[in-house]
Amino acid sequence: MANPKEARDSAGPAPAGAATAAPPPPADTVSCTIDGVPVTVPKGTRIIEAAEIAGVGISHYCYHPGLSAPAMCRQCLVEVQGMPKLQPACVTTVADGQVVLTESDRSRAARESNLEFYLLNHPLDCPICDKAGECKLQDFTHAEGRSHGRSVEPKRVLNQDDFGGAVLYEGDRCILCTRCVRFMREVAGNDALCVVQRGHRSVIDTFFEQGLEGDLWASNIVDICPVGALLSKDFLHKARVWDLDKEPSICPNCSQGCNITIETRDNLVARLRPRANSDVNSYWMCDVGRYGYDWFNRGNVPTGTLGNADTIGGGPNPTGRVEQPMVRDRTGRLRAASWQEAVRALVERLTALRGRGGVALVSPMFANEDAGLAARLLEVLGGGERLYRSEMAAEEVVCPGFPRLARRRELAANGRGLSAMGFRRVGDDSGAGALDALDVTGKLLLVLGDDLADSGESFGAGAGLFVYLGAFPGAAERNADFILPVTYFSEQEGTFTNLEGRVQRFWPALEPPPLARPAWQVLGVVLAGLEDAPAPASAASAFLRLGQLHDAFGGLSYDQLGARGALLNDPVRLAADSRR
Amino acid sequence: MAYPYRHEKETRVLSEHFGDPVARTLDGYRKRGGYQALARAIEMGRDAVIDEVKASGLRGRGGAGFPTGVKWSFMPREKKGPHYLVINADESEPGAFKDRELLRWTPHQMIEGALIGAYAIQAEHVYIYCRGEFFEPAQVVARAIEEAYNAGIAGRNVLGTGVAIDVTLHLGAGAYICGEETAQLNSLEGRRGQPRIKPPFPAVMGAFGRPTTINNVETVSAVPHIINRGSAWYKGFGTEKSAGTKLYNVSGHVVRRGNFEFPLGFPMHELIYDVCGGIRDGRQLKAVIPGGSSVPILRADECDIDLDYESVIAAGSMLGTASVIVMDDRTCMVKQVRRMVDFYTHESCGQCTPCREGTAWLGKILRRIEEGQGTEADLDLLLDLSANMTGTTICVLSDSAAAPVVSSIAKFKDEYLGHIHDGACPVAAVAVA
Repeated sequence: MANPKEARDSAGPAPAGAATAAPPPPADTVSCTIDGVPVTVPKGTRIIEAAEIAGVGISHYCYHPGLSAPAMCRQCLVEVQGMPKLQPACVTTVADGQVVLTESDRSRAARESNLEFYLLNHPLDCPICDKAGECKLQDFTHAEGRSHGRSVEPKRVLNQDDFGGAVLYEGDRCILCTRCVRFMREVAGNDALCVVQRGHRSVIDTFFEQGLEGDLWASNIVDICPVGALLSKDFLHKARVWDLDKEPSICPNCSQGCNITIETRDNLVARLRPRANSDVNSYWMCDVGRYGYDWFNRGNVPTGTLGNADTIGGGPNPTGRVEQPMVRDRTGRLRAASWQEAVRALVERLTALRGRGGVALVSPMFANEDAGLAARLLEVLGGGERLYRSEMAAEEVVCPGFPRLARRRELAANGRGLSAMGFRRVGDDSGAGALDALDVTGKLLLVLGDDLADSGESFGAGAGLFVYLGAFPGAAERNADFILPVTYFSEQEGTFTNLEGRVQRFWPALEPPPLARPAWQVLGVVLAGLEDAPAPASAASAFLRLGQLHDAFGGLSYDQLGARGALLNDPVRLAADSRR
Repeated sequence: MAYPYRHEKETRVLSEHFGDPVARTLDGYRKRGGYQALARAIEMGRDAVIDEVKASGLRGRGGAGFPTGVKWSFMPREKKGPHYLVINADESEPGAFKDRELLRWTPHQMIEGALIGAYAIQAEHVYIYCRGEFFEPAQVVARAIEEAYNAGIAGRNVLGTGVAIDVTLHLGAGAYICGEETAQLNSLEGRRGQPRIKPPFPAVMGAFGRPTTINNVETVSAVPHIINRGSAWYKGFGTEKSAGTKLYNVSGHVVRRGNFEFPLGFPMHELIYDVCGGIRDGRQLKAVIPGGSSVPILRADECDIDLDYESVIAAGSMLGTASVIVMDDRTCMVKQVRRMVDFYTHESCGQCTPCREGTAWLGKILRRIEEGQGTEADLDLLLDLSANMTGTTICVLSDSAAAPVVSSIAKFKDEYLGHIHDGACPVAAVAVA
């Protein structure tokens, strides 16, 4: 999907009913009927996939679209007319004229029986199982299982096993679908797991003392485990999954841009999980990204540190986050102000600086929309240096089974977006340095998000105007003229551009402090006071504004980005990418 | 029964040299006409060999009875890479011990047959997959392979004809399931021994992803004789559809147990009462499993049949490996079936849910009934489980575990009910008498 215009024009899968009226399908497709629904699919499509297109769900355990199919769970057996035995839908390919019956007596009986077999040794400890609520054994048994078990025999009991790394194994719950074994072998490229023993004594195990430690991809097995056999130590007993609020987002922990879901409870991130995108991360994400969410919670967790308690007068600020716009008064003290006061004062100060230009230092953890309007503000003031600082990892770690996916060296989510807007990376690989060299005397110093942790006492003191937009005042408290509370990416709508140049949307997953605003909104309102342009009313219109300001974003809109994102007008070729 | 035991009614073709230690050696085998068929086959050409074997009516002796020539003809004619022939010497079906004797006494006969087969299907490598517990037979085969290499029979230049066929002996590690051909291929490749989904069939994608044929030891052992004496001669034995001779391996409560070779279609009654000398200790015949533990049980009154593929099917069982297990009237059928189910429970590879869970469950229920703790409802449950385990898995191990349960409940229900109602084994009284 290199060209967003193509993406817009290409139709999705045709509605099933349309097949009858349409001209005969091309030779490389086959047509079949699944539970009476006619469907036309490419040759080689498996029944389970064709059924999904036809809108027929077929229950399954061992099949996973990102892995090989061993057809061993026997849950997806369906009746295919003309075949004496039930066929596994996950490996049987669709044939022309085939009639598949997933709801026939035989198919239903086979599923019911299979579920009974699964529950023979299953502890049914759903009330204390992290998987409850999203467990496929629970779901399918509830839908089609027997209401009463017929077994009176004692159940097999195993102990919990620590697989190392972030994963625990609860053998009693395991249904031996071997998704985890195949994931490790086929995707992680690490034969760390295997089935040991055989028959009903089979369990999943690691090799002696060698576990999943150090494997960057291992936690994906917790996601793909259809039951609660594989548990995340990080998520262990943290929340019931039905209490989680889920928002689609983009992993900010490196420049790969893995599609994720941020799952929160009580406005705290409980876990991150990958979201499928075959152009970016398949079904997977790395463990560094997965567990790197604590910082999203900063400002939502009381830390005990004091931010601006003495000036806002409302008692100690429990989180340390900037909660109100702060403006330095004539006595040199930062005072809380309303947004209206702060913006009016800021526009006034900026107007006085017109033509002087300045420096914009923007954190690459902020959205394209935010950075784009920061760049515009600098331009309106007369231009100057656009800079960003970012951390680089020592090496890139490519996912063996899906080489488009890697833990990238560039660790900032949006470095690529910033460079497309003319920002230049400065500083060292730890994301520090280069601050002392900045000459801002008498000019505008606009800092968005960068924590300035390594800045000196007098950083920004000589600037004509020092405006700081961020969540924490940090070092800016010393010399900034304005400290304006903005939201994190996880609290706002926006887009990141990944290393490849793919622009992808994210949505607000957490509630920001009441007065924090997205940076694009703050900058948009300020810009409206300086030039003849209306403030963007939404992230979507802020994004359209980007397209007018920067050729790389020209012609893109939120509608075109869709679920899988779209490439910038000047994408780069990824070294590890074999498909393009 | 120690060798040389020979019943005058036997037609010994494959087992001609059982008990003759000299026939094990290359020299001894050659003096008895060995390796002439191989030379002749290479002279005939591949297609003629396949046609001859097709015409002979030889069917696979591993249990399924699939026509061997037809199986060979499934291999691609146009060779685009290596082809393999795997000899299934993983004989581990309870009751079966015919291949063991072929390996022990006539290793060269098998190697010759394998080389002919390999030549016919253009395989450059024969893997003999031998059951791990067959220590002595494996040593004998290994020695024979070495002799064959040294004599230029196997290797880069078979009998000086320029044909190259390597022979490798591979020992299994003790899993019944590795006798299933696709599990065997996995095991051979160093993977976990569990059956593969078919298709693709081995003739398309077998060992190491290449076209492969898997033949039983007894099957290939018959091939040199067919080539030497012609298909018409071989087809002269047996019945119309079950041609040739077969090793009947009889175990259980008969006077003489052992391997006996007859043309297919030999009467079971004659086998038990004449060849094997009847039931031991003057007891009565109770039941027979005619083809190894995985086929349905026959009651004594169902045993007056001929032992060929079709007749046994008509009687409601299968000839399988012709491993005839004879049980007398002291046998507790519940215990007998429970022991077989325990075997399948132990040997299930654990891939497919119905087999992995079902075999263990069947065993637990049967044990309860055996110990007098069962209920009549358990019998319905056993039958329902068995139905759910039949035809729902990748291979037929699950079906095999269910078959004796179903057939024994159908045929010996009183015995189950005796355990259930009296809390004790009804045949115990018979046994004491």
